[in-house]
Amino acid sequence: MIEEKKSSPKSLLPGDKRPIPAGHSTGGRLEAVLRSGGFAVTAEMAPPDSADPQDVYDRAAMFDGVVDAINATDGSGANCHMSSMGVCSLLTRKGYAMVMQISCRDRNRIAIQGDVLGASSMNVANILCLSGDGIKTGDHPEAKAVFDLDSMTLLKVIRRMRDKSQFMSGRKITKAPDVFIGAAANPFAEPLDYRPHRLAKKVVAGAQFVQTQYCFDMPIFKDYMKRVVDLGLAEKVFVLAGVGTMVSAASATWIRHNIPGINIPNHIIKRLKDSKNPKHEGQEICIEIMQQLKEIEGVSGIHLMAYRQESTVKDMVLKSGILDGRKPWRPSYN
Amino acid sequence: MYSLRRVMVSNAKAASNLYHALEAILVFLNPVWKFVGLERIDKAFSFIERNIKGLLFDCQMCGYCVLDKTGMSCPMNCPKQIRNGPCGGVRDDGNCEVKPEMRCVWLEAWRGAKKLDPNTTVVPDLEILSPVDQLRKGHSSWLIKVQEIQSSKVSVSHD
Repeated sequence: MIEEKKSSPKSLLPGDKRPIPAGHSTGGRLEAVLRSGGFAVTAEMAPPDSADPQDVYDRAAMFDGVVDAINATDGSGANCHMSSMGVCSLLTRKGYAMVMQISCRDRNRIAIQGDVLGASSMNVANILCLSGDGIKTGDHPEAKAVFDLDSMTLLKVIRRMRDKSQFMSGRKITKAPDVFIGAAANPFAEPLDYRPHRLAKKVVAGAQFVQTQYCFDMPIFKDYMKRVVDLGLAEKVFVLAGVGTMVSAASATWIRHNIPGINIPNHIIKRLKDSKNPKHEGQEICIEIMQQLKEIEGVSGIHLMAYRQESTVKDMVLKSGILDGRKPWRPSYN
Repeated sequence: MYSLRRVMVSNAKAASNLYHALEAILVFLNPVWKFVGLERIDKAFSFIERNIKGLLFDCQMCGYCVLDKTGMSCPMNCPKQIRNGPCGGVRDDGNCEVKPEMRCVWLEAWRGAKKLDPNTTVVPDLEILSPVDQLRKGHSSWLIKVQEIQSSKVSVSHD
């Protein structure tokens, strides 16, 4: 027992916490890459409808070697899947860097604050604060919507827990959670002129990084980023631009009309329509968009949301060259 | 009522004046309420507030009214009850992702707030509105204001 306690930092196990460098909020790799000026890559993992841990490991392995952190979604689209907490607890034990998504839709302030402590204790370094999709869009429309907090107040709550070691009630936390706090941003939803201000508010509330909605409409995104830079926000928050891949013109059209907040311009749908291999064309479009995003001032990384196309992520990231030859952590299999 | 709610936002300045006038009268009558006893009049206050504000703003009696900070558009009508909106699900036509037939209450807030102050960013000074205190729910937020004045012993000027 005593000998184990003497272990040096070199003998850290995959799930162990790493020391927090000066000026950082966590010992996490995502924060380290961003703060060192690297172009970070994160990817969203669809959690399984299963209680088998192997399903989680298999899905995570698809991103091995090309991402700096994996997002574990929390009932996205108001559909029921394995919890983000469950996914994170399995994967942090294997050494993966996780972004745990917390939606305010299903849990109240008591449950959420407890989850923040639990997650941090399991070495989840990054938490993404979301209000959550509406209940009616999911597979349990008859469920009770909680929405005790919203994304903005959730940011404040977690920052207070981390920086002041206090629950919302004011009660003391004996060991504060070390968390790199994230938020979502949608530059493409109305009212467009308010969106940069909304980001400013999230930064005031505590957001240190943001992951955006799918970027397909580059003129709108460039305009948004220009205003973000002009407001001085690019120095205060790391912006990871969201990207995804479309498999056909029909599915892109369906998404445009049925999922509010996702803007897919006509020229992209036309390219998919005219292509003999739309699935491949969709990947080519995604690669081009990632390369363009990398050149935009204020963009610190890419967030891939390749829903049901996760197996294409590795190839797209490597082809795009956005890693600049950098090799993100990957688990070493025995 | 949805149509009246939108009229109130269109006339945010008048609605704001009306709202503050009603509030000022109730606060002005503070000595009366003090004499009668605050607990006793909570029901009456809540009744008046629920009906007037319910009709005009679709008030949900959250007990912590922020109408004057949100362009006279009540955020509790957001299906996600977001106190710091709008969320990223606003449709291209400006309507709600959850209730497609309803205009986003936060776009309405933006519209109303611009009428109150053309340079607004909806919530001044990036103020982040607190989550609802569930203990206050169903109680009159006007009365809570009266109580706050009583407890801080601030004298009300009659200007």
